[in-house]
Amino acid sequence: MALLSKKDTSLILDPLTDNNPITIQVLGICSALAITAELKASIVMAISVLFVLGVGNVVISLMRNIIPSKIRIIVQLIVVAALVIIVDQVLKAFAYELSKTLSVFVGLIITNCIIMGRFEAFALGNGPWKSFLDGIGNAAGYGVILVIVGFFRELLGSGTLMGYKVLGDPIAKTGLYSIGYENNGFMLLSPMALIVVGIIIWVQRSRNRALIEEN
Amino acid sequence: MAFNTEKNTYTVVFAAIMVVVVGSLLAFVASGLSGKIRENERFEKQQNILYAMGVNENQDEGSVNFVPTTEVEKEFASYIKKQIVIEGDKVTEDNEAYLIDMKRQLEVAKSGGTPKLPLFIGEKDGKEFYIIPMYGKGLWDAIWGFISLDDQMVVQGVYFDHKGETPGLGANIKQRYFMDDFTGETIMKGTQYAGISVAKGNNDPLNKIKDDNEVDALAGATITGNGVSAMISETVKLYKGYLQTIKDKG
Repeated sequence: MALLSKKDTSLILDPLTDNNPITIQVLGICSALAITAELKASIVMAISVLFVLGVGNVVISLMRNIIPSKIRIIVQLIVVAALVIIVDQVLKAFAYELSKTLSVFVGLIITNCIIMGRFEAFALGNGPWKSFLDGIGNAAGYGVILVIVGFFRELLGSGTLMGYKVLGDPIAKTGLYSIGYENNGFMLLSPMALIVVGIIIWVQRSRNRALIEEN
Repeated sequence: MAFNTEKNTYTVVFAAIMVVVVGSLLAFVASGLSGKIRENERFEKQQNILYAMGVNENQDEGSVNFVPTTEVEKEFASYIKKQIVIEGDKVTEDNEAYLIDMKRQLEVAKSGGTPKLPLFIGEKDGKEFYIIPMYGKGLWDAIWGFISLDDQMVVQGVYFDHKGETPGLGANIKQRYFMDDFTGETIMKGTQYAGISVAKGNNDPLNKIKDDNEVDALAGATITGNGVSAMISETVKLYKGYLQTIKDKG
């Protein structure tokens, strides 16, 4: 028997394309705007969310039958917050450098609506294995968009990728800058992230017309 | 399930158990790791101080590499000749001065008290460095750093760090190209202690003019930049008296 059934595979792959959390479910937009000025930050955030959503989904799924429905949102919040704090403390003790890079994101993970959204929509009604796959899939779908947005914002805004000057030096006027190219400072500001996300949504929906909602 | 999860008593009991379990789990993790975390923070402070006086492992023009944590204690002891605490007119030596919390001391100074101000005297290649810790506010949260001066009040190096400035914008205060701009600038304006401001319109992106008390600002990070300017001038103000005695000697 294959490790992943056809349904399991679609749990992972759908969020990457036709059921993407950012472009289709419109979850997690806030962090997509806030931290995508640099590619490195986007990647770190994507990995952190992958971990928290994967584990959190499993925990919530295991507890799904005993959580009182009246306080389920609070219980979900506590689970995310506890996970995030544990991750933060462990990183501070064993990977201090990394924990400093992560500092802002750790707080942002708690407020990331993808996490609450997936707990509510999936983990509360499905078993742990399926919930784990759903968590990984959605976090990956989120990560892909983050990396795409981060790539364009850092490249066009600062002329660098992962901190490396790929287009030449803007002050010494080498590379592209020697023929008059300038960085677009607008790309570093959050509204441009929204526009980049908008362009991704546009491209995705014009390739697959079934995704266009009817009003 | 044997329980009726809709009942109020169940909800209350569940909440109580959840709080106890999660609370003790977090307390266990935090207390178990706190020793290691505090040690990391101590090493980091030593690394930062050494970085400001130019003891680091930078390889190319973009890298910010500290002395490795395994050697930092040894290096710190060999480069930092003296750690002093300035309390009003009283100057005492204290080998744990680097652990003094600048935030607290600035609050003391603000409320009219006499702060305990740490200062580190380092020596490298026969030259003396006076390293001052700084603390201030950025856009979102705290910013801090170290500035090292020679006996003529010319900056020999700085190190900045922040708690939560925007990645790609304000967070760039800890990038080499920003920190390196401070080297060679003077904190004196004539005979006055002025500090160094992060200025938007200084028309000197290559930072060739070293006596204008200005460095080029970061695009999109106005508030963080202003925070850095304020942090330097506030700190310099407090140390003015002692710095003057160094200058008179040198």
